[in-house]
Amino acid sequence: MKLLSLVLVVLVTCGAGGVVLLAQQPPPQQLDEFVPIDQLPPQDQLPAAPLLVAAYSFVALALFAYVVSVARRLASVQRELERLEADMKRGSGT
Amino acid sequence: MPSWFTPLAALCALMFATAPILIAQAPYESTMGLVQKIFYVHLPSAWMFLLAAITCGIASLRYLFRGDPRQDRLAWAAAELAVLFGVLTLVTGPLWARKAWGVWWQWDVRLTSSLMGWMVAVAYLLLRRYGGPGSDKLAAGLALFGIVNVPFVYISVNYWRTIHPTTNVVPTLPTSFGVPLWFSAVTFLLLFVLLLRMRVRLEEQRARVDALYLSMDS
Repeated sequence: MKLLSLVLVVLVTCGAGGVVLLAQQPPPQQLDEFVPIDQLPPQDQLPAAPLLVAAYSFVALALFAYVVSVARRLASVQRELERLEADMKRGSGT
Repeated sequence: MPSWFTPLAALCALMFATAPILIAQAPYESTMGLVQKIFYVHLPSAWMFLLAAITCGIASLRYLFRGDPRQDRLAWAAAELAVLFGVLTLVTGPLWARKAWGVWWQWDVRLTSSLMGWMVAVAYLLLRRYGGPGSDKLAAGLALFGIVNVPFVYISVNYWRTIHPTTNVVPTLPTSFGVPLWFSAVTFLLLFVLLLRMRVRLEEQRARVDALYLSMDS
């Protein structure tokens, strides 16, 4: 009876192990190269377009916002610098 | 601004106007299709992000050892550009991944190390803004962590298991993909140089304002 139980446990363990091994998915394939095709498959056209538009719009808006931000900060500091220089000239003139 | 600034800005604007035409004419990639075209802004953004981190790190190192304030201003400007181009990389990447991988984000080594590099740059700026006296040296030390992270970000995809494309993709690109990529990369590089010069100029002017206030007080 003990021997039968032992055999049963071993069989169940091996079976479970086998199931786990079979259930494991192969690792995802890494891309090593890009391969061009002539035509985009129709099912790819619509879902990808909003993502593409979002990516390019975000890049354009972020770069534009940053350029405007730096230009405004630069103009502000420039005004302060001119005001200070004018104050100093007035101070040294009196 | 130096004499080369305006012609370079005009050239950069012209290249930014031309880049979408080249990108639109590039072929579709066989497995990813249309969404792969995000690659032409994602990769140059990522390169500029790493370049900014390197610039910030080297300038910080020179500032720590030589105490030259010009290096400190350069490091601060580069850190801001690292945050900018890091945001572009970390936003365009998930938009591409959503279609290519089926998920917005994966905690894989390339994405995670890039996020860490970006957080170091954000921490640098926060430290400079709110750190008070002495934060310049502390931030310079932090920038060294940023530069050390750069090679790790770059080579990580070749050593860890990840679904992110490896570094072999770019050297093996067919011309039809390579021309728009390199055109876009040069355009981003010009923009990087121009923005860095503008941002350094801002710090120079701020330093002059501070010097004037000090001379008025004394």
